[in-house]
Amino acid sequence: MVKRSIIEEKFMKLFMYASIALVVFFVASVVLSVFKRGIPLLSWEMVSSLPGGGFYMGGGGGFLNAIVGSFYIVGGATVMGLIISIPVVFFLNVYLKANSRFGSIARLAYDVLFGIPSIVYGAFGFTIMIYFGLRASLLGGTIVVTLLIIPIFIRSMDEVAKTIPSELLEASYSLGATRLETISIVIRQIAPAIATATLLSIGRAIGDAAGVLFTAGFSDRIPTSLTQQTATLPLSVYFQLQSPSLEVQDRAYAAAVVLTLIVLVLSISGRIIMNRFSRNKIQ
Amino acid sequence: MSKLFPHSLTKGKEPFFVDHKFPHPENLRLSTHALSVYIGGNQILKFVNAEIPQNKITCIIGPSGCGKTTLLRTFNRLVDTIEGVKLEGVVMLGEQNIVTASASELTEIRRVIGLVPQRPCPLPMSIYDNIAYGCRIHGISGRKKLDAVVEYYLRAVGLWDEVKDRLHSPAGKLSGGQQQRLCLARSLAIEPSYLLADESTSALDPISSRTIEELFVKLKKDYSIVMVTHTLRQAKRIADHVIFMYMGEVIEEGDAQQVFNNPKHELTRKYLEGSFS
Amino acid sequence: MRRLAKDRLAGHLMALLTITSLLLVVAMGIGLYLKAAPILQEHSLWELLSASEWKPMKNQFGFFPFLMGTLWVSGLALLIAIPISLLTAIFLTEYAHSMVRRFVFPFLDILAGLPSVIYGVWGMLLIVPWVSNVAGPWVQRNTTGYTVLACGIVLGVTIIPLLVSLFIEIFSNVSHELREATFALGATKWQTAKHVVLRKTAPGIVAAIVLAASRVMGETIAVIMVCGNLAIAPGSLLDACYPIPALIANNYGEMLSMPLYESALMFAAFILFFVVLVFNLFSRLVLKKIKE
Repeated sequence: MVKRSIIEEKFMKLFMYASIALVVFFVASVVLSVFKRGIPLLSWEMVSSLPGGGFYMGGGGGFLNAIVGSFYIVGGATVMGLIISIPVVFFLNVYLKANSRFGSIARLAYDVLFGIPSIVYGAFGFTIMIYFGLRASLLGGTIVVTLLIIPIFIRSMDEVAKTIPSELLEASYSLGATRLETISIVIRQIAPAIATATLLSIGRAIGDAAGVLFTAGFSDRIPTSLTQQTATLPLSVYFQLQSPSLEVQDRAYAAAVVLTLIVLVLSISGRIIMNRFSRNKIQ
Repeated sequence: MSKLFPHSLTKGKEPFFVDHKFPHPENLRLSTHALSVYIGGNQILKFVNAEIPQNKITCIIGPSGCGKTTLLRTFNRLVDTIEGVKLEGVVMLGEQNIVTASASELTEIRRVIGLVPQRPCPLPMSIYDNIAYGCRIHGISGRKKLDAVVEYYLRAVGLWDEVKDRLHSPAGKLSGGQQQRLCLARSLAIEPSYLLADESTSALDPISSRTIEELFVKLKKDYSIVMVTHTLRQAKRIADHVIFMYMGEVIEEGDAQQVFNNPKHELTRKYLEGSFS
Repeated sequence: MRRLAKDRLAGHLMALLTITSLLLVVAMGIGLYLKAAPILQEHSLWELLSASEWKPMKNQFGFFPFLMGTLWVSGLALLIAIPISLLTAIFLTEYAHSMVRRFVFPFLDILAGLPSVIYGVWGMLLIVPWVSNVAGPWVQRNTTGYTVLACGIVLGVTIIPLLVSLFIEIFSNVSHELREATFALGATKWQTAKHVVLRKTAPGIVAAIVLAASRVMGETIAVIMVCGNLAIAPGSLLDACYPIPALIANNYGEMLSMPLYESALMFAAFILFFVVLVFNLFSRLVLKKIKE
């Protein structure tokens, strides 16, 4: 009997090591295969110039339009997302009492919103845009991506805001501060969470393709107004890979490298911030 | 000299707070009349009548769960932060009924009745800003004025010499005892008349808690202090006035000497003997 | 008093913001349903779900192939991801030193952060050729590689980080005393994991899997890139498939030309929304209960 259980233990441990190895392998394989294919093709011209004439037939040029378009959308969505989510988190954690019913329903709803796929956000955003007579544009894409990342912002900041010791809020109240004036304390306390939530949201926003597919469209030029269509990095990868021309496909791999690098940098800086950014935080 | 501004640096001149709701609180008495507190349908306090004497240390004692903390938190209405709380009866602060106070009166009441928290609880900012925070909220500004306030109250709690070189470093870096003295200074800086202390020494080492106790004794000539404690020895050391509570009711209230040496009520005697806690 | 007026005004504004953002769920459901209504008037729900002819030009809207595509792909992805994630999570909570954890977590972070399109690229670079050159010939089948199998593998990998983090969270709710009690009886770590941890957290594990399933079903770009996009219900792992998100994404350009076509695609989006909503509600409620 004893022997059997030991053998079982050994076997299961082996499987577990195998699982860990698989996870590490998957990460390495995804990142390295993209890099291996894309890095040799990456050139300064590609990240610094717009698509030239006959680009999708193998003409010259780069995908600066996609890089800039992505930054426009992500920048706009992140700012709007922060403006909307910080007050919501504050409302949930300071204005509402602990274990309030509305609070728990709201948190559940944000969880659900977080789970809804971006293609549904895209389809919904698209119908709304048609309703208002809007065409695919920078504005439309930014709004949909904003909606997409609001639940991420709220959930990850709320997770930390919930752990603020009630004594801290009470200390502020007992000095005669109103709830609104207590915001400065809450913000200081969750500053690292705001930073990591921002990085998380940027990562999700920059990688999202299904949401902007309908709503931002695609364009070879850098948009100069909110109503123009704009390219994005993921869609640039996706569309170029569909081309039969090998040269165009090559550019897709190069764009994939750029996208991966951005996401890796975001993920690493997220970790660093988590460790460093807590100067004033009270444990 | 107005008693509300006991530590006013500007003796004889204009006090820090000009637009004050209780301008001359010569008789800013704090008392409860038939106070009942319900939380989610449970009656936590039952018709409590108590009177807080001025310029004394009042200790609320009693077994855990008897409603000491709830009573304390009713004085500055921090009970409001609990979901499903209901207050009945009257708590008077001078002419003001705390129970029915509007939100705007509440911030003023909390200004007059300060709180020293249970665990040291510095705000997530620098030492300097911890003290200045309350002043800024109440409209005191100006670098010079704030510098003076910060120094004055850090001296009052004996922290000045320890921290004067690092006023702008995070308050979280101080030791537990220092943090608690900082919290005390923070409460004092908005010049309250009353200080509530909810087991304010329970999270501290014996030496730090002695320091806080000594501070309380020193401060009582200018403030009325109400503290909750469940160490009887501490109450015996510093209390002038004692309120003994049991199951949400005030069983006995009176002069500390009298309650400790000659309790009138059977329950009080048993509690003091240590038959239950 | 100005301070209190400000406090109250801000409170109302924040409440308004919170409620508005919450109404997004409702608005989405209603909006998509209204858009889907025309096709539901013309065809019955059952007809739409069970017919397998997809010829929008001939007014034939059979969703069966797409539903089956989603089912096959999601099923396979879960089948691949569950054992790996479960074993990884058990190892990380029950066996590993904090050193190991600190080594593995960044990998999971990266896996979680990579965009869908990168997984698609990876699938096209590695998995599709592997299916076509190795897996296909192995069972003597000729295949392009753009199959249920490729799609399932790619999607399986994308949900591993979600599953692992959910599992770890669930496992850490089991008290140490309980584990020690079985250790004291002479059980090995695996036996403890099997008899105590897994059994105690079974409802949570189910909830986590349901949540992961809802995530898989909505994955779009990675799926389009490796699934083959053939509107026929797959019969084996080596057949091409066409899951619902791919259907929506691929046809968004054409749909405006025909009102009923648009309605059909919005119906697809509504199905997706509805299923994901139900799955999410179920699993979040279960997970919340466990936490308490």
